[in-house]
Amino acid sequence: MKTLLLGNESVARGLYEAGVRFVSSYPGTPSTEITEFAATYPEIYAEWAPNEKVALEGALGAAIGGGRSFCGMKHVGLNVAADPLFVTAYTGVGAGMVIGVADDPGMHSSQNEQDSRHYAIAAKLPMVEPANSAECRAYTKIAYEISERFDTPVILRLTTRVSHSRSPVEAGERVEREIAPYVKEPGKHVMMPANAKKRHVVVEEHLAALAEYAETTELNTVEENGTPIGIITAGNCYNYAKEAFGKNASYLKLGLLNPLPKKLIEDFAAKHERLIVIEELDPVIENHCRALGLKVTGKDVLPLCDEYSEELLRSRLLGIEPDYAEVGAAIPARPPVLCPGCPHRGVFYTLAKLKLRVSGDIGCYTLGAVPPLSAIDSVYCMGASISSLHGTAKVRGEEDKYVAVIGDSTFMHSGLTGLVNVVYNGGNTTTLILDNSITGMTGHQDNPLTGKTLKGDPAPNLSLEDICASLGVAREHIRAVDPNNLEELEKIVKEEVGAPCPSVVICRRPCALLKSVKKNPPIQVDWEKCVGCKNCMKIGCPCISVTGKKATIDQSMCVGCGLCEQMCRFGAL
Amino acid sequence: MKKNIMIVGVGGQGTLLASKILGRAAMDSGLDVKVSEVHGMSQRGGSVVTYVRVGDEVYSPVIGKGDADVILSFEILEAARWLPHLKPGGTIVTSTQEINPMPVITGAAEYPAGLAENMKALGVDVRAYDAPAIAAEAGSARASNVAMIGLAADVLGFDLDVLRAAVAACVPQKALDVNLRAFDSAIGYAAKG
Repeated sequence: MKTLLLGNESVARGLYEAGVRFVSSYPGTPSTEITEFAATYPEIYAEWAPNEKVALEGALGAAIGGGRSFCGMKHVGLNVAADPLFVTAYTGVGAGMVIGVADDPGMHSSQNEQDSRHYAIAAKLPMVEPANSAECRAYTKIAYEISERFDTPVILRLTTRVSHSRSPVEAGERVEREIAPYVKEPGKHVMMPANAKKRHVVVEEHLAALAEYAETTELNTVEENGTPIGIITAGNCYNYAKEAFGKNASYLKLGLLNPLPKKLIEDFAAKHERLIVIEELDPVIENHCRALGLKVTGKDVLPLCDEYSEELLRSRLLGIEPDYAEVGAAIPARPPVLCPGCPHRGVFYTLAKLKLRVSGDIGCYTLGAVPPLSAIDSVYCMGASISSLHGTAKVRGEEDKYVAVIGDSTFMHSGLTGLVNVVYNGGNTTTLILDNSITGMTGHQDNPLTGKTLKGDPAPNLSLEDICASLGVAREHIRAVDPNNLEELEKIVKEEVGAPCPSVVICRRPCALLKSVKKNPPIQVDWEKCVGCKNCMKIGCPCISVTGKKATIDQSMCVGCGLCEQMCRFGAL
Repeated sequence: MKKNIMIVGVGGQGTLLASKILGRAAMDSGLDVKVSEVHGMSQRGGSVVTYVRVGDEVYSPVIGKGDADVILSFEILEAARWLPHLKPGGTIVTSTQEINPMPVITGAAEYPAGLAENMKALGVDVRAYDAPAIAAEAGSARASNVAMIGLAADVLGFDLDVLRAAVAACVPQKALDVNLRAFDSAIGYAAKG
């Protein structure tokens, strides 16, 4: 019986059926649900690692240990995991190992639009890409066969629209696999130069064998409709092409993205007058075709930026524009906002009030950058808040009006080493760790500070205070505060920003969306006392609006966090 | 049958559950289906859209401009925002609920008035209902999303029993009674026009 599965859920099903024993990942949209669903199978050990590098190394160790393994991440996570990624091509695996990486064309939830296919080429690893949920399950299983046959990790590339679309899947049974006996092979697994030199030769041999496999694998399919137009495509772009061209084109759908076939493409090209390559982001397939001496239409008419659609293909390739209506009135934008009761709101209000330069980081709290809070100056990548601020403070000397702001999970991911650098090199910056007791943005995952594992088992409760002290921050400059206590928060931030040494302010209050967080009755407005001064609007709470010169609070949304009460000078709230 | 349905609203309004119900109804009708969802950053109170495409053979999970048969909108500004995706001759079923976006709250923009009339004046088939009130009358305003499905039932194209069974299969057990009441009562409202 077919069921409707999310692409990521179907990858997890594939892991289960492939007999995978070990999964280690760090959450990141759009990849997170693979690991969450994998954790629901009792046969699979699954964990959240502090970051993607640790996760990938764990998966490598598990594969070397003889059990099929997986690690999942978003595209930028692969940057973090790139160091072990490149070496795994040399060492190979024991049991099969698959690295799931989800790209985000269109940047629905990311800071860049990188194309992970370049990693497969650079690291010399095979890469497969499914186009729908059924293929997510099937290709995941095939990836393990490739991994074991060619003794290499395999990258499973997904994109947002495949990861986060539901389509029908026919599930199968799990095939249990024995743990292979451990064999000590230093020549294969001790990557010092003498050994690595020999292994590089093996890598090239594997790649040559994979290139032959690419010509015949079931992952690459030809759909010949006897048309002048031949389309070469992969992943979700195949779906857009099918909708736009239907039977008016023939298709070479590539499921194996690295290495790309040569003869298969040349044979397909020979049968068609016009070749079109349809791929989101970079011209990887297109460049391969050009290197084969083929004349193709590609990025000369299709964009390098943003995700594709059926509509885009119709417009750019067929000259068909959609027919539609539009209202005349201007439609105000609806950007995402910090939730009602969000513990980050008071922090950014205070930082903006104190006119501090704020070095931000990746998480829900990135929303502290948008109006009316507009408190953040920069956001780059995981952990960069602390380390980049250190550089700014070093060149700007004593003009010490900065803070770094980082979430609890992001701090454990890659903030620790930045803080060590501040301490070691005599920096004096202040770091605010927003400890909301969960990994928020990706939808509530546990992390090393929450006291619980992915499987729901109790874990040691690591203390942020002890961690920071052990990294060399003086105990008297590690301060904890409830960020909803605005007066106290402001006092402590002022004191620590003024301190001539590294300092940490832990803003501790759980995410308002956590089920364990009790909601208070909604705040009421005393319209006798409200003078319509709009001071309460400065915190950017979506529950508050001022109509007819009086504040109103949306009673269905308000969770009674009490922040607005502290803003009112007239006791009206 | 071939239907392109969009579910639009504000993050947190329950559009994901609604799309799950429609996906289930499509499967139970023996049709191919693709449902495309929004997760992550875009969910935090922002404008959200979910695409549900139903037919004998469905490839793309998204719906472009001028290509939706039905837009199911949980908030009326969102109906106006996504109107360009409606096919000529398509139908918008919208809640009259208004939720101020941050630019309106801060005074940087105004919430446009008369949106339903504005869209009707363009010749669009707009059916506007106070969905939270209908759901509240049935027992809980939180069942607004399921009420919206009931309000749109006649244009969604599914057999009514299949749709009702899909609601029963997708809604959490403890909230099932109130949601089924909201669904049934919404169908009654829609029949009255």
